[in-house]
Amino acid sequence: MMFVIFGLALSSSHCYYRPILADETAQHRRSASPTRSAEFRSGIRAELPIAVGVVPFGMIYGVLALAAGLPPMLAQGMSSIVFAGSSQFIGVQLIGVGTPLAVLWLTTFVVNLRHMLYSASVAPHIRQLSRLWRAVLAYLLTDEAYVMAALHYDDDTVSPRHKHFYYLGAGLTLWTVWQLSTAAGIFLGAQIPVSWALDFTLALTFIGLIVPALGNRPNLIAALTAGVVAVLTFSLPYKLGLLLAALTGIVAGVLVETRFGRSETHGAGR
Amino acid sequence: MSTTQLWLAVIGMGLITYGIRLVPIALQDRLPLTSRMRQALRYVPVAVLTAIIVPELLLPTGVLDVSLGNARLLAGVLAIGVAWRTKNVLLTIGAGMVALWLLQVVLASLP
Repeated sequence: MMFVIFGLALSSSHCYYRPILADETAQHRRSASPTRSAEFRSGIRAELPIAVGVVPFGMIYGVLALAAGLPPMLAQGMSSIVFAGSSQFIGVQLIGVGTPLAVLWLTTFVVNLRHMLYSASVAPHIRQLSRLWRAVLAYLLTDEAYVMAALHYDDDTVSPRHKHFYYLGAGLTLWTVWQLSTAAGIFLGAQIPVSWALDFTLALTFIGLIVPALGNRPNLIAALTAGVVAVLTFSLPYKLGLLLAALTGIVAGVLVETRFGRSETHGAGR
Repeated sequence: MSTTQLWLAVIGMGLITYGIRLVPIALQDRLPLTSRMRQALRYVPVAVLTAIIVPELLLPTGVLDVSLGNARLLAGVLAIGVAWRTKNVLLTIGAGMVALWLLQVVLASLP
């Protein structure tokens, strides 16, 4: 199973990651109009490599949730009810030490606040859809699905008509993998040694997504600013540092873009 | 906590998370975005994800550690190089994990 996913991902990942966030200007605009099912399948294919990176993270969540004293049903339930990895990690730890519900919920709010920015970013693209569609797509709006959907919405060479099927395909892929990897973590439990350091795959997944976009000056400055502020504010409680770092990085990116534009400064591998 | 309280805790977390994800999508016609806000939103992924990555590399144990003994920092720098050259997420994950495991073995064997 894993090898099949790996094979698929290897064959498709290259082209899907290339233009992430970088401005691909419309030099070779083709205006392809893929069908609904073609968009859906492209979304699945594009999301698979990221979903593979999420597997160890989901397994570790399952292990941690049991260690924190959650019954297996509830540990699995959190993965579908909350469906937000980093807040689930922090949530089970807070529950494990008997944190009051108000603090638990406030922490969840702060840690997940970045999704509000994602939501605002995809909102204009899905405003014409029915309530049900928008309700479902909002539920599927994780870091990993957002990145792929936002990238696809930015791609001018594809007609926007059925792009929500791509978003749906990417979102459902991540959802399925997250549920299965949580279940695997609950099932395998303590058989996964800490020394394997599998939690590191999340940082590596994000590195793989973000680094190729840093040839663009405003993106680079936004990243450097966010990174420095994240380190300086790391000791703040409830992941407030993450939020501050993200906001400072965004402001830095906008300022640099306003001053210098968005041109590539040093494109690698072009 | 009792099982009922645990379910309440989790359902509360779920409602908060879903609310955050839904509100801008549901209320966009009442709260239209300015072009400056749209511009800012383009920097959300790079800023948020970098703010998650960098402390993982520089403060793996919660304390700033910029030394050759920090295996996650070294493996992360290598992964950044691989990501830049190949633009391939799976290769980046693979190279970073193999580097981390090798470094852990090497560092553990040092006196």
